[in-house]
Amino acid sequence: MYRYDNYDQAMVDARVEEFRDQARRRLAGEMTEDQFKPLRLMNGLYLQLHAYMLRVAIPYGTLSGPQMRMLGQIARKYDKGYGHFTTRQNIQYNWIKLEDAADILADLASVEMHAIQTSGNCIRNISSDQYAGVAADEVTDPRPWAELLRQWSSFHPEFSYLPRKFKIAVIASAQDRAAMRLHDIGLELVKKDGVIGAKVFAGGGMGRTPMVAPEIRDFVTEDEIIAYVEACLRVYNRYGRRDNKYKARIKILVHELGVEEYRRQVEEEFAHMKTLGIDPPVAELDRIRSYFADPAYESGLSEEVNRSDPDFALWLDRNVVAHKQPGYAIANISLKPVGGIPGDATAEQIELMADLAERYSLDELRVTHAQNIVLPYVRKADLYALWKELDEAGLGAANLDRISDIIACPGLDYCSLANARSIPVAQKIATRFAGNGKEAAIGEMKLKISGCINACGHHHAGHIGILGVDRKGTENYQLLLGGSGAEDCSLGQITGPGFDENGIVDAVERVTDLYLAQRSEGERFLDTYRRLGMAPFKEAIYG
Amino acid sequence: MVDHLDFRNGAVSTETPVSIEEFLGASNATAVRIEPGEDARALLPHLDRLALVEVSFPVFGDGRGYSSARILREAGYQGELRASGDVLVDQLFAMRRSGFDSFAPNAPLDPAVVKASLERYADVYQKTVDGRRPVWAKRHEVA
Repeated sequence: MYRYDNYDQAMVDARVEEFRDQARRRLAGEMTEDQFKPLRLMNGLYLQLHAYMLRVAIPYGTLSGPQMRMLGQIARKYDKGYGHFTTRQNIQYNWIKLEDAADILADLASVEMHAIQTSGNCIRNISSDQYAGVAADEVTDPRPWAELLRQWSSFHPEFSYLPRKFKIAVIASAQDRAAMRLHDIGLELVKKDGVIGAKVFAGGGMGRTPMVAPEIRDFVTEDEIIAYVEACLRVYNRYGRRDNKYKARIKILVHELGVEEYRRQVEEEFAHMKTLGIDPPVAELDRIRSYFADPAYESGLSEEVNRSDPDFALWLDRNVVAHKQPGYAIANISLKPVGGIPGDATAEQIELMADLAERYSLDELRVTHAQNIVLPYVRKADLYALWKELDEAGLGAANLDRISDIIACPGLDYCSLANARSIPVAQKIATRFAGNGKEAAIGEMKLKISGCINACGHHHAGHIGILGVDRKGTENYQLLLGGSGAEDCSLGQITGPGFDENGIVDAVERVTDLYLAQRSEGERFLDTYRRLGMAPFKEAIYG
Repeated sequence: MVDHLDFRNGAVSTETPVSIEEFLGASNATAVRIEPGEDARALLPHLDRLALVEVSFPVFGDGRGYSSARILREAGYQGELRASGDVLVDQLFAMRRSGFDSFAPNAPLDPAVVKASLERYADVYQKTVDGRRPVWAKRHEVA
């Protein structure tokens, strides 16, 4: 994986000192909260219901064992012993003191990490495919481009005060594991006539006005990607709406201008950008690429896995996926134990995952946008020993992409924007389906819960989505069906009137019961919904 | 505390800038002021006669002025480029990188804090219009 050189290290070290000075000026009363807010936000520090929340960047979701260990140490030392992995492949801590924030950033810098631009109206952490580099179906490893974009976007002088936040995803497979088309810009690396370049999508997003990003260019060669993205951003920075923060994302601009007109303006700006020499030389991409070269895989490894322990066999079938290299496997660690808080891990669990990565996965881990952890380089022969250790630590849940593998935002338990709690709903659904034994029969199911219309829990993209709203002072939950963040990207539709907390759990069960009764051979829930349409589901829920 | 910052060795305009509408009309002014929603490219045919472009920042969070500045510099504008309004010390670094070379902040700035914030980053990741060599150029010995 990528390692900082002296330039990168100096950059994050300087940032720590800059923030230390800003926090000092704020604590000394030399700055108002209004003036401090955008500065702390650009360092990932939010003021939440109970305390400050610090969001730490995990660029494209890749991190090393020592980095993971540091995340555990921070949870223990500065938080109440927890970390929360997010849908942006980041981690956040919910119980931070402003006085400690600069020290935490210094600890992060010591392991080549930072919290730069994890909030604020700027270019956020670049996200990517959690199986990058190990997936059998990828054109190339997308992370060198993600790292190139990370550096380019860090402290970008023109784009630090955009109309709104800006999220970029880079993938390199036809299979989309990163919800690429629900990003402000999505790049899909493709090969054309033997040359690698990017297909560009712009104007996707969730929130209160969800949109699937349209394609705006079918190919940009790798040596012009920065110029093209910079052109996309400049048009947005100049013409994105600033009169209403709910209409300020690029999706609204693309929608209001129309794809054709947005594309035309970008092309005009791109033609100009190309004359400025702002793209790094390909040698820089090659330098970064060298860090992502395949590890020294062992050859002649056994393909055999002993399935005699039925609990292990279940985990193997659900959480382990094919690796491009013979003898190896990709192991997913679910952070969704039944009754737990989706994405949460204790300091001890984080440190254990770091140790397991060191012993079983070439010291590397990934964070997924579904709030799980991946060990990308596990020898098949080690899978059983790995699972034993995970299981003992409460990390052995065998539910990847099942109904209890729920994405949920922190909701009203933590977030000052939320209208309703998300976590208890996730817990009740997981508990219900663990008790009724239907999870296995249902198969692939992506259930996503947001506690408000901002959609941090990706409810629009859930096969089943749940949106918490405030209805005359009580929490109410709307149900959506038919969303997908994958390559078959679509937005869920609301079924009808909402439910209370227990009612929404019942409604989910009625929906899945109908699916189980109506599905054809091999159909996922999503396929059955698409075939049958909303009507029979509505009938099952409200009829 | 200072209420004006000049990185032009004193070559600053004392003329009161006119609005872009007035400038593009019959005016023979050499100083113009552009507001966030106005198109800096409208000035490109007239760069030769401009001594000052003042870019207004009514609120610091409105970042359109950064694009205006870069567009003017990218087109070869050499005159004074002034950021005025809600210009805070923590924005100066990005403004300098975008081509601004003078500042008229609403609230006076502490020169020591200004100096520290402008000198904090030894290197930069992007090539812009300030002539600084980005990290990638240094890594690969290109201009």
